[in-house]
Amino acid sequence: MINKIVDRMEDAFSGLKDGATIMVGGFGGSGIPHDLIDCLVNQDAKDLVIITNNAGSGETGIAALLKARRVRKIVCSYPRMADSHHFETLYRSKQIELELVPQGNLAERIRAQGAGLGGFFTQTAYGTLLAQGKETRLINGKNYVFETPLAADFALIRAQRADRFGNLVYRKAARNFGPVMAMAATTTIAQVSEVVEIGQIDPETVVTPGIFVKHVALVRGEA
Amino acid sequence: MSQNNLKPITRNEIAQKIALHIDEGSYVNLGIGMPTLVANYLPEDKDIFLHSENGILGMGPAPEKGQEDWDLINAGKQPVTLEPGGAFFHQADSFAMMRGGHLDICVLGAFQVSQNGDLASWHTGEADAIPAVGGAMDLAVGAKKTFVMMEHQTKDGVSKLVEKCTYPLTGVACVAMVFTDLGIFEITPQGFLVKELFNGMSIETVQAVTQAQLIKGN
Repeated sequence: MINKIVDRMEDAFSGLKDGATIMVGGFGGSGIPHDLIDCLVNQDAKDLVIITNNAGSGETGIAALLKARRVRKIVCSYPRMADSHHFETLYRSKQIELELVPQGNLAERIRAQGAGLGGFFTQTAYGTLLAQGKETRLINGKNYVFETPLAADFALIRAQRADRFGNLVYRKAARNFGPVMAMAATTTIAQVSEVVEIGQIDPETVVTPGIFVKHVALVRGEA
Repeated sequence: MSQNNLKPITRNEIAQKIALHIDEGSYVNLGIGMPTLVANYLPEDKDIFLHSENGILGMGPAPEKGQEDWDLINAGKQPVTLEPGGAFFHQADSFAMMRGGHLDICVLGAFQVSQNGDLASWHTGEADAIPAVGGAMDLAVGAKKTFVMMEHQTKDGVSKLVEKCTYPLTGVACVAMVFTDLGIFEITPQGFLVKELFNGMSIETVQAVTQAQLIKGN
């Protein structure tokens, strides 16, 4: 019997090594897999590359990972948020590398990896600093920039509900990066607040099919 | 020409002017900051669909105090509501809407707009500034029409309508219309065409505080 629900959250992280690339879902404060991040902080792995939209704020989530000095590089679209002081301190003292990516490129580069594509041409960022040094092409009279896929060893995402096959349903705008990150990582771990029996999720409403999910960690007491 | 001859309108009044340029049935993205005000002036009797980059169509106003749901926030990370008939979707779909030319209008703030429609809005280029871009570059080139909403001048009285942007660009030749506290300007092959100047100001008065050449409208 296949059961992707893990008994202990740390079991889902087996195989994690120094220098690993990890995608973390969430936009602002929504959809952040807080418990998975806390579990990652408790692992020993360092020199991590984190792919995520924001660079964390306050003391929790990505900010906790930065504070623990586990991150060598962050790939994100919007590191500057209210109270993102841990990122700012590391960035200003050159203790962290930043690859700034327009948000649509971030989503699509992740999706491209998940879909097995070698990259794509986009009009976004043409003629700007963020396209410097990149291949360009004139297509149907418009200028495009070539962008490469983004892969990861692990993806940590948050969903509302799962079954033991790893089928996922999200909650409102907390869905954000979850579905594309689930496709792009070797090992996707979903933190969910509810686990239901097989067949209890209407197949018409499954957002992330279980094929993209390796482990599910149930965290009770959440919305 | 002194600044005293200027009769600027308020931010809320700029928002009202922009709302008049949004037709029923439009799919619209309002950028973070000043453009958010436009939502307050959209006619309630018309169906206009607000898109939020984090994965919402049919975004509604802020909830009443105590009703906040932190899984339902806007691009500025503030709590919002969902209108009946609204939908949620993931980031790649959301940005496909933006980059694939499906949005009719986006309204963005800006540091500078040049006369050929270049937009500078994301980075001052200062050495110690922490760069952050979010969805601005995707919106600027992806929406059918990009509107800019901004003050005409900086706080120090420097023109934000310029011949050539000096700040790093967000997008090249992507702006259709500029709405400032002094007037409404359309980007044409010849440059900034004056569509409207507020409170009876003359083109000379506004030109005196504008670095780029203004072209007289009809």
